[in-house]
Amino acid sequence: MFDELRKTGGKLKLAAPRGALLSETLDLLDRVGVETAEVRGDSRSLVFDGGELMLITMRPSDVPTYVSAGAADVGITGKDVLLEQGDRPVYELVDLGIGPCRMVLATQKGDVAPSEHQRRLGMMKIATKYKRIAEEYFAEQGRQVELVEVKGSIELAPLVGLADGIVDLVATGRTLAENNLEVREEILSSTGRLVANRVSYRIRREEVDDLAGRLREAVRTAGES
Amino acid sequence: MRELRAIEAALIGTFEGAGFREVRTPTLEYADALELADGGSAGAAYRFFDERGELLALRTDMTIPIARLVADRFRDLDPPHRLSYVANAYRAVTPQRGELREFGQAGVELIGVAGPEGTAEVIELLDRSLSAVGLEDAVIGLGEDGLWTALLQDAGAGPETIDRSSELLVSHDLVGVERVLAESDELSAESVAEAAGLIQLRGGAEVLERASGLGGAGFAEALARLTRNFEAISARGLARTVLIDLGMLREIGYYSGATIEVYDETVGDVIGGGGRYDDLMNRFGLDLPAAGFTLYVERIHKAQLERGVTAGAGGDRVR
Repeated sequence: MFDELRKTGGKLKLAAPRGALLSETLDLLDRVGVETAEVRGDSRSLVFDGGELMLITMRPSDVPTYVSAGAADVGITGKDVLLEQGDRPVYELVDLGIGPCRMVLATQKGDVAPSEHQRRLGMMKIATKYKRIAEEYFAEQGRQVELVEVKGSIELAPLVGLADGIVDLVATGRTLAENNLEVREEILSSTGRLVANRVSYRIRREEVDDLAGRLREAVRTAGES
Repeated sequence: MRELRAIEAALIGTFEGAGFREVRTPTLEYADALELADGGSAGAAYRFFDERGELLALRTDMTIPIARLVADRFRDLDPPHRLSYVANAYRAVTPQRGELREFGQAGVELIGVAGPEGTAEVIELLDRSLSAVGLEDAVIGLGEDGLWTALLQDAGAGPETIDRSSELLVSHDLVGVERVLAESDELSAESVAEAAGLIQLRGGAEVLERASGLGGAGFAEALARLTRNFEAISARGLARTVLIDLGMLREIGYYSGATIEVYDETVGDVIGGGGRYDDLMNRFGLDLPAAGFTLYVERIHKAQLERGVTAGAGGDRVR
């Protein structure tokens, strides 16, 4: 199996996102005939033989890294990740509709609106994991902010006074609610996408198109049922 | 270093064999000259002032310096001019991505031969150059710069929709392209589906057939240009297949007409590129059509190592 990974012209390698997107990703792959049972098990392996293609599993934020470098031919990850890493060139082929979520600006319940805060103080301090997306959003509106980069549990920052608000990804809104935060502004919405390496997109085009076509069809029929 | 030298020697030998004489230009150019040629993306990363306060920049490629050189010094000679180079160029990098600020380029410029004949001559030489460095399996992609704009204009899209979708196409966001087209109320649902399908078309001659009949007169004209290029290339009997790619839109701002990219499966990035730039010379005051390609020497080297081949393996094919 490990030989297959280094072979030129071997099975197509798909970078699959571990974490919140994984189960929906595997469900989709099941529907198009890829073997996913092994990935679902509790194996510590990172690489699986999915029959027609090799599945390599990683954090969603690493998918653009592997795919843009050609270490994986195709991959599945969130649009939020692709935007945050917009400087990694990959082909974005199919909106898979999985893992829908929104990037929002949230502040503590009861705080004045961010615009009012901005008017009074001139500047806001915002904690986020998504520095690039936040930077672009505020710059576009000409709002002056100080971005504080944190790696996780972003909700904590405004509670203890590290920041006035946060820019974060929200699926259900439960974490926000349980931490006394509320959505003030929506920045963008995101879903899972099928991406492809620039070179694989050309040289392995039959396989890439075939996979993209089947996934597109699976997404369409899932939407109908 | 010996391996890099072997690549450079094989390429220069191939270029010379085809009548392309090597030239050298200064590493430093006036920033104005670079911007004159390509206001958009040339945006040189490394700039300095000279002793009189003039802004200088490290060259970002060799095409613009050679265009300037020809306009300065070849004005009185009869075209066509066949020139080649092996030189370093300089571009900005994203930190920690293993990108090179300084990288080797080897390529040619064919100045003064218009249309399919010029394009085909350049692509034939590219084909032989790839063989000369042992990359028999490398693929040449062929696009046509005017296709996308023509298709959208024919379908009734306004300038803003064209700009926004082109930007997304350059960054390869096909999902975003379709969304922008669907959200603008200028296009019918069929036109959106047609455009979204078109940019995914890539392959052999059958691609041209599938695209014929799409769009209107403007698109038909652009497609006819691409078809003529492809036919002129096919007539020359290349060692490899040329992949027609209707969704290819290159970032550099001086292309007009044919665009070229080179791929090798062992390298995740393009290993070369080029195309036609019929308006470029004009910006330096000399109205001549031009076309050329460049190969990225370090990436060629990487492909050779991955494939276990060396330069010169196919060198005897040089006619």
